[in-house]
Amino acid sequence: MRALESSGLGDAIRSRVSAGRPLLAICLGLQLLCEESEESPGVKGLGLLSTVVTRFPAHARTPQLGWNLVEPSRPEGLVGPGYAYFANSFKIDSAPPGWSPSWADHAGRFVAAIERGPVLACQFHPELSGAWGLRVLMAWARAAARGTEVTC
Amino acid sequence: MLTRRIIPCLDVTDGRVVKGIRFAGLRDMGDPAALAAEYASQGADEIIILDISATTSLRATAADVVSRCRAALSIPLTVGGGVRSIDDASRLLDRGADRVCVNSAAVERPGLITELADRYGTQCVVVAADARRSSAFCWTILTRSGQLDTGLDAVRWARKAGELGAGEMLLTSWDRDGTRDGYDLELLRAVCGATRIPVVASGGAATVRHMKDAFDAGADAVLAASIFHEGVKSVGAIKQALSGFGVEVRL
Repeated sequence: MRALESSGLGDAIRSRVSAGRPLLAICLGLQLLCEESEESPGVKGLGLLSTVVTRFPAHARTPQLGWNLVEPSRPEGLVGPGYAYFANSFKIDSAPPGWSPSWADHAGRFVAAIERGPVLACQFHPELSGAWGLRVLMAWARAAARGTEVTC
Repeated sequence: MLTRRIIPCLDVTDGRVVKGIRFAGLRDMGDPAALAAEYASQGADEIIILDISATTSLRATAADVVSRCRAALSIPLTVGGGVRSIDDASRLLDRGADRVCVNSAAVERPGLITELADRYGTQCVVVAADARRSSAFCWTILTRSGQLDTGLDAVRWARKAGELGAGEMLLTSWDRDGTRDGYDLELLRAVCGATRIPVVASGGAATVRHMKDAFDAGADAVLAASIFHEGVKSVGAIKQALSGFGVEVRL
């Protein structure tokens, strides 16, 4: 976060997301969009998602490493149903109003991805999720191309 | 729910995949990138490359192998063998490894685990441990490709590795490696019960039943080499059979 804020990238990301311009955030990238995280107490996140990042419960194998089933909350989003590769110890449990979540389960339901227009934040790694992950990236790229036509 | 993983392991030296029993009698099994791509297409959940080169000159080809495998894969790639420092790990990660495996160096200097975790995150750090049974329910850690018995208790080491920042333990039974007698289930149960981090079972797999037993013993993933290299069964066929046994796998 310190590097993002001191370089000005923090504000650049905030203005992009606020304007609905294309953004793809992966893994920790999703968590950086939130208010704060149990991983770094006292450090402010980008504050774009009004939720707090928490650790998986003590009885869950942590980190979550491997392929988990992702179920989108609506069928027309960028993320379809399928298996995604995760590598995380922290997650968010809820989607702020206006954002569409996809869900997965690891000792309880958590947000696998969250999207609003061409802004997509994935807790999983689409780039390591085989053919399914490639479809997610292609869907985002198409949405981003459409978004650019509108805003530029 | 998180599915159980099937991980083909490529032991690599001088740019080729080899297989032997306890590092003796190595046989050439093929090109790493071609094998990795084939296993990924069959449904492998991850690929592990272990550079077992004995000398620096043979090791020089390892970075190139990582690049070629990365280019051929869209699933996770873990790489280990001879990683002794942050610099060693960085070189492999720069070439496209997603996670690095440390073995002897972590036993000799446990602080390395924490250094790697602080720099790259716990999910990036796999601690590989070679355990040999020393008495009925006791295993000790071997280093230097099995040449040195450290006397370190395997269960205590697993717990400590997790506390230091390891994100996974790749647990090889020295007694079972290459024997086709199945994983050491007692070792697996003891280690899985002692740590929160995921455990990959390694050493001795020859059948689907062996894998099913390892998952029942608490393993989060199973590693195998010969069963795949020799074409006894494809990854896909193994996952179908495991699913039939009630094991949750990605199909």
